[in-house]
Amino acid sequence: MSRLAQIFARTRAENRAAFVAYVCAGDPDFETSVAGCRALLASGVDLLELGVPFSDPLADGLTNQLAAQRALESGMTAARVGELVRRIREFSDAPIIFYTYYNLIFANGVDAYVRAAKTAGVDGILALDLPPEEAGEFIAACRAHGVDTVFIIAPTTPDARIPKIAAATTGFLYYASREGVTGVRDQVAANIPEAIARIRVHTKLPIAVGFGIGSRAQVAQVAATADGVVVGSALVNCVRSNLADRAKIAPALAAKAADLSAGVKRS
Amino acid sequence: MPTATAPLDRFSLPDAGGHFGPYGGVFVPETLVTALQELGAAYDVARMDPVFQAELRHHLKEFAGRPTQLYFAERLTKHCGGAKIYLKREDLLHTGAHKINNALGQALLARRMGKRRIIAETGAGQHGVATAAVCAKFDFECVIYMGAVDMERQALNVFRMRLMGAEVRGVEAGQQTLKEAINEAMRDWVTNVRSTHYILGTAYGSHPYPMMVRDFHRVIGQEAKEQILAREGRLPDELIACVGGGSNAIGLFFEFLEEPGVRMTGVEAGGHGIKRGEHAARFAGGRLGVLQGCKTFLLQDAEGQIEPTHSVSAGLDYAAVGPEHAFYRDRGRINFAYATDDEVLEAFQLCSRLEGIIPALESTHALVEGLKRAKVLAPDQVIIVNLSGRGDKDVQQVAKILGVKL
Ligand SMILES: Cc1ncc(COP(=O)(O)O)c(C=O)c1O
Repeated sequence: MSRLAQIFARTRAENRAAFVAYVCAGDPDFETSVAGCRALLASGVDLLELGVPFSDPLADGLTNQLAAQRALESGMTAARVGELVRRIREFSDAPIIFYTYYNLIFANGVDAYVRAAKTAGVDGILALDLPPEEAGEFIAACRAHGVDTVFIIAPTTPDARIPKIAAATTGFLYYASREGVTGVRDQVAANIPEAIARIRVHTKLPIAVGFGIGSRAQVAQVAATADGVVVGSALVNCVRSNLADRAKIAPALAAKAADLSAGVKRS
Repeated sequence: MPTATAPLDRFSLPDAGGHFGPYGGVFVPETLVTALQELGAAYDVARMDPVFQAELRHHLKEFAGRPTQLYFAERLTKHCGGAKIYLKREDLLHTGAHKINNALGQALLARRMGKRRIIAETGAGQHGVATAAVCAKFDFECVIYMGAVDMERQALNVFRMRLMGAEVRGVEAGQQTLKEAINEAMRDWVTNVRSTHYILGTAYGSHPYPMMVRDFHRVIGQEAKEQILAREGRLPDELIACVGGGSNAIGLFFEFLEEPGVRMTGVEAGGHGIKRGEHAARFAGGRLGVLQGCKTFLLQDAEGQIEPTHSVSAGLDYAAVGPEHAFYRDRGRINFAYATDDEVLEAFQLCSRLEGIIPALESTHALVEGLKRAKVLAPDQVIIVNLSGRGDKDVQQVAKILGVKL
């Protein structure tokens, strides 16, 4: 069983949702990022979503854009992102997926990229700007190397399209709960339970919900029906607000993750 | 590049998925996939609908001022001492550039689709001005995204847009030019996709944009063909157009693609020369990649990060090129060249002085190549240069570069 399949099997058995944390690899620098990931994985994070920084993150809101910029400025490269994963693998066996843009996968050969990711210890890849229609080469490479392929379903996705996306997906489906870019919002989208029900008609894959979730109450609200809850910008904000004293970043991430992850238990 | 042997059929492209051979396609976040499919479906109906086409023709004539002249540039021709140089005068259109052809077409389509809000990106400001104008005319809410650097070098166009009721939002990210404006427009579209139509300003992006924008500009080549036949009794030997995303070029070229005797050249921005970060000549310094909706030639580093670009002209200062151009380059059908900033500044002044026509800096790239080609062709040969826009927007910037205080 893949690490992704294992984690969702476990959280289902524990009658809770998986807590999925997004941070940008190398934000604000390599060592702080390693420490941050360690802190997150010790504070209730079940699955780590590592943003691979891209120069043009057009699906991301300002918080994640700035994170990518900091990471690139600190010298993150594909090789350094791989090293970061290897470092995490020294202390954690938690599933790790890449959250990235397709050009970074495509630029030097899809197969080589996926193989390198697998070797580093990556379990799955989500390419934000790659719909299943264009993903043939990517899916083939991921199947060949045993890497899960995570795809997004959006509120604008019609029912008729869900089977196509589900067929391309392994590991879990990512439901982007609102139209728009990443970023914390005051309220989670109202219709998440209906959307999840709509998706479950077509698939048995676990469904993680993200986009705009940033408080424990919101996590709990989503965890009531979703198999996983993704928190991103709220964690990245812990990095952003402690840039003046980077030693504070890992503890801030730990505190935030501990608080938010308490929301995944169903009563 | 290999020349394919299959006969060229310009109407066979793109395929249903938006592919021009290995280029093009749909590379966008899932939230936009359905909107693009709806747009494609609405466009498919509209383009076959004589009512839509008649309406578009009406506005192109009454509002934009079509047809535009095909003007014999007598003194430039004499200056070069070779082939006859004709200028296709898209600069004479309302709002000052070819961009209005596409803005009108997409606005009519958006109205059909029941959208009330329009967004657009702009580099030089010409597409923003064209979009602002059609939004005023058809009463759409209008938001234009523009890089902060471009807002400064095209300040006059910013004010024009605001006069016509558009909200201009500056984009401070990255290089603060066209690419970042497109990123921000796409973020807006992802957020407001149900109410909003995105009028993309060039033959770029995700299907159906490259095809649709091309089609709205085909009128340039259709007119030019008729005009040159009337004037010279034969087809031109060469067509030359500047290529940012590629809309004015494909608009001129499309009608001639299946005329083997007509040579075509797209001219990219050579900036300070072909060194990293100093130019925007994708075919000279780029390679295959995926950016902002499609697969095409990109200026990128070894890892796939998009590289900074430079051009004196904001409208050509972009890291990627339209997928249809990449396809026809592979087939050997469209040639590509580049013009440097220095060459452009010289030709800008030359054209102004000899012809009494101040060309846009973008269009001047085509002119540079046109002057070079005219010199090596015979006097009985004919070149058409697409004068895609007028240079009014550029005079302040050129004065600054030349050290002239206004
Ligand atoms: C006058 C003019 N010509 C050309 C361009 C480049 O665009 P395209 O390659 O789509 O024609 C622009 C873009 O801003 C422009 O303003």
